[in-house]
Amino acid sequence: MADHRQFICVTCPVGCSLDVLVEGSELKDIQGHACKRGITFVQEELTAPKRVLTTTVRVQGGTLPLVPVRSSGPLPKGVLLQVASQLRQLVLQAPVSAHQIVIHDVLHTDVDIITSREVGRAE
Amino acid sequence: MRSYDVIIIGAGVVGSLIARALSRYTLRVLLIDRASDVGEGTTKANTAIVHAGYDAKPGSLKARLNVAGNAMFDRLCAELDVDFERCGTCVVALSDYELATLRELHQRGQENGVPGIELLGAEEMRRREPALTDKASGALYAATGGIVDPFGLCIAAAECAVLNGVELALGTEALDFTREGQRITGVITNHGEFRSHWVIIAAGLWADELLHKAGLDGFYITPRKGEYLVLDRVAAELVHTVLFPCPTPLSKGILVTRTIHGNVMLGPNAVDILDKDDLATTAEGLHEVMAGALRLVPSLDSRSIIRNYAGLRATGGTGDFRIEVPPELHGLLVLAGIESPGLTASPAIAEHVVELLREAGLSLAERPDFDPTRVGRPRFSKLNRDQQQALIAADPRYGNIVCRCETVTEGEIVAACHAPIPARTYDALKRRTRVGTGRCQGAFDTPLVITIMARELGISPLEVTQKGGNSRLLYRETKGAAP
Amino acid sequence: MRDLSCDVLVIGSGPAGLAAAYQARRSGSGRVVLVERNDELGGILPQCIHNGFGGRVFQTDLTGPEYASRWIHQAHEVGVEFLSRTMVLSIEPGPSIVATGSVCGLVRIEAKALVLAMGCRERTRGALAIPGTRPAGVYTAGTAQRLVNIEGFMPGERFVILGSGDIGMIMARRLTLEGAEVAVMVEIMPYISGLRRNLVQCVRDYDIPLLLCTTVTGVIGRDRVEAVTISQVDERWQPVPGTQREIPCDTLLLSVGLIPENELSRMAGVALDPLTGGPYVDERLATSVPGIFAAGNVVHVYDLVDHVTESALQAGRYAADYARQGAQEKAPIGRLIPLRAGRNVQHVVPQALHMEALEDGEATIEFRVRQPIEASVRAQITSGDQVLVSRRLRYARPSEMVTLSLDLAHAQRAGRAEMLRVEVIPSVA
Repeated sequence: MADHRQFICVTCPVGCSLDVLVEGSELKDIQGHACKRGITFVQEELTAPKRVLTTTVRVQGGTLPLVPVRSSGPLPKGVLLQVASQLRQLVLQAPVSAHQIVIHDVLHTDVDIITSREVGRAE
Repeated sequence: MRSYDVIIIGAGVVGSLIARALSRYTLRVLLIDRASDVGEGTTKANTAIVHAGYDAKPGSLKARLNVAGNAMFDRLCAELDVDFERCGTCVVALSDYELATLRELHQRGQENGVPGIELLGAEEMRRREPALTDKASGALYAATGGIVDPFGLCIAAAECAVLNGVELALGTEALDFTREGQRITGVITNHGEFRSHWVIIAAGLWADELLHKAGLDGFYITPRKGEYLVLDRVAAELVHTVLFPCPTPLSKGILVTRTIHGNVMLGPNAVDILDKDDLATTAEGLHEVMAGALRLVPSLDSRSIIRNYAGLRATGGTGDFRIEVPPELHGLLVLAGIESPGLTASPAIAEHVVELLREAGLSLAERPDFDPTRVGRPRFSKLNRDQQQALIAADPRYGNIVCRCETVTEGEIVAACHAPIPARTYDALKRRTRVGTGRCQGAFDTPLVITIMARELGISPLEVTQKGGNSRLLYRETKGAAP
Repeated sequence: MRDLSCDVLVIGSGPAGLAAAYQARRSGSGRVVLVERNDELGGILPQCIHNGFGGRVFQTDLTGPEYASRWIHQAHEVGVEFLSRTMVLSIEPGPSIVATGSVCGLVRIEAKALVLAMGCRERTRGALAIPGTRPAGVYTAGTAQRLVNIEGFMPGERFVILGSGDIGMIMARRLTLEGAEVAVMVEIMPYISGLRRNLVQCVRDYDIPLLLCTTVTGVIGRDRVEAVTISQVDERWQPVPGTQREIPCDTLLLSVGLIPENELSRMAGVALDPLTGGPYVDERLATSVPGIFAAGNVVHVYDLVDHVTESALQAGRYAADYARQGAQEKAPIGRLIPLRAGRNVQHVVPQALHMEALEDGEATIEFRVRQPIEASVRAQITSGDQVLVSRRLRYARPSEMVTLSLDLAHAQRAGRAEMLRVEVIPSVA
């Protein structure tokens, strides 16, 4: 039995409204996507939804108390809060460089948590 | 136990000016207030008008002290380095019937000895105030009316008193009195007991509760709430003076006024309430204020509103100021029901209180080193470029702008944190430096001010409060434990 | 005070200022100086730690700090000079500015051309006239974002968010990830005001309740916020009687609109458009004052940083041209044709353009619709009855800026047009 469902794609800021025909977790038809990434998005959303995580990590001895970090790719949606919680416990020592790996292969997802910028050492 | 000649309960503008007046003499004076700063009661939430004095009932204490106080403002504000402008005030008649009210006020003004009042026709009025409503049929213009910084005046007077030897105890609430028979001998506070020959009650809204504690019954303060709207500086071109409607028995009405800080203020309405801690504005009240203001200046744009707030006036039962040494007791002087024109009358009230004390036998010997003046901290936005440059050269923190809307510098924040009466809360800083009072209402400066305050007061940013008590601005570190 | 002079002066080092300064140098300006009031460069970007930046400009998905970093680096590389910790106090004829900083003191900078890139501020509780008490704990979303992401402090534990702007939705997620609770988000309109992707990834993903047609009617609490009252509203945004309820919380976060920050522009005598709150600009981003250009959120609020960059690159280029030309060559080219907001359009930028200027290249016309149209539409620019350019869109929403390009061919079709209209109309089939 096919279901009509609606999704908003989050791959890029356009946020296409997608009208989708789904049978179980199988994509039967899709309308409203401006590019192919919309199809991938819905397929993943039905089977294994993913999101990019962005947050901050404490820095000790730096010019700033926090460094922004991001996941190098999208993570399974279900682990975001857990990863965020894990990152809340970490403290990095200044100096921190941009795109430094904070956690490699977090929770065995093949995704790294990396810094978004550098933070220098405080005088 | 500390022992004083005079304890003043209440560091509002009245209590602070009394403290200053008494600091002229070789008396040991203690000024106490339960709040975290001086002037946190009615003093910080009123219309900031120095009234000419035609409104008060002839022969009343209000009338006499209003006119006397008004005349003292130039010298007082010069001595204390407080912003004051004698811009004149106008009562506007919106009908022919109201013209009769104007004539009555004019008559009353003359009886009260108010100088410089005249009746103006509609055209003359509109020439002076082009944005005034077409419906204006005339006005009563009072040249001696003006606008002032009320909390600035209170802070300056209290600082002057402190510099002249008065002790200030904030966060100190008077709970009861000590007595020996019919003599009041001191005050019991949340920080212990203080002995004194004289106790002055200048406690605004709480005067009645203290009177009852002293054993004087039958007097009740009714808090009368007034709500206000503050408009962006860009609206200031719409009004050059102070515009009143014709007064009602309840109040002088909803004004449209320029403020000394360059904004426009609308209000207050007048609603009697029960709860002395109820400072909430209401949708109905703000609507009433806007409607009232539009009657005078129809082109006011509600999109230029930047803030709303409410203040409470301490209305006594009698319609006049109550300032007396009650015959039932020794050692107590009571001020109660100091509603409008309390601010205007305040310097005259202070002198009157000194006279009452003298008459009651308090020995007043002048201190040779009394200094009636007090110089405030530099204000970057008021200086010319050369002065600004000199200030920055002396202290580079004056080159760091913290509040963009009002051009307030880090140097000024730092100075306020170390003044004779230091600012210890964000609101205290607002009243001293204008930080956070502009159109962004603190959105830009708050993180910067928190950092500076924490540094200057030697506290953690988590301990910085908006107005003392539980009003902390921050809850925990981003990475701190969630509860 | 110190005196400096330069060719192009840029106020603000956010994405607009950085791109304008960069392009001014690339276009041959000798000395380009950029003044920034914060310690750090990047404007609002350093605190925007989320991703979604750079999809168009760099063909990749970056966080705010990453986007800022690339532009700061590029600007450095081409020789832009930065004066940070320096706030402009006034703009004076020249153009010139007087600025102050704790490092340099007062400084006067004369320039041949000036680019305004001061961004915008947030609408406040006071501007909404929300009644109630005035406790600690009422914050605009941007201020909270700065506290959480830069200073490292949470302003509260249990939040109510008023407004569904992007910053509010982003903060809903941010606060939740840091262990706080967002009790509810309320939005006065029947639709969200930010991007739909944020509705999914910031609100729905975290099961945060969103109530449309609802607003905050009061703040409760003496020292600190203890609760807010919320109420449903009718079509005229008036509270519906009987729907008011109290939501316990310790913080009210406001995400109710951005306002271009034009205090300096006004001081400089720049004419402001009441529809946008920003300067009237033409296709070169030139304001009504010769030599003063404007770019980014100071002109009108953008939805994507990439659009800011694209627009600001133009402003930088034209500011450089202006700075380079002699006085006699600075006269604007040809007739200035107004662009007006037509059917369903809220405002248009630029508000006017010189058709002859299209010989240099396309002009990008940016606009937003008044209300959402969730159906196929045509966005078009017309001159009288004639449609000059038209584009079909699947829908049009106030939260998403629409752009159309006008080129020389369009200009020639327009002939002696007196005015152009930008409109968005439902498609027929």
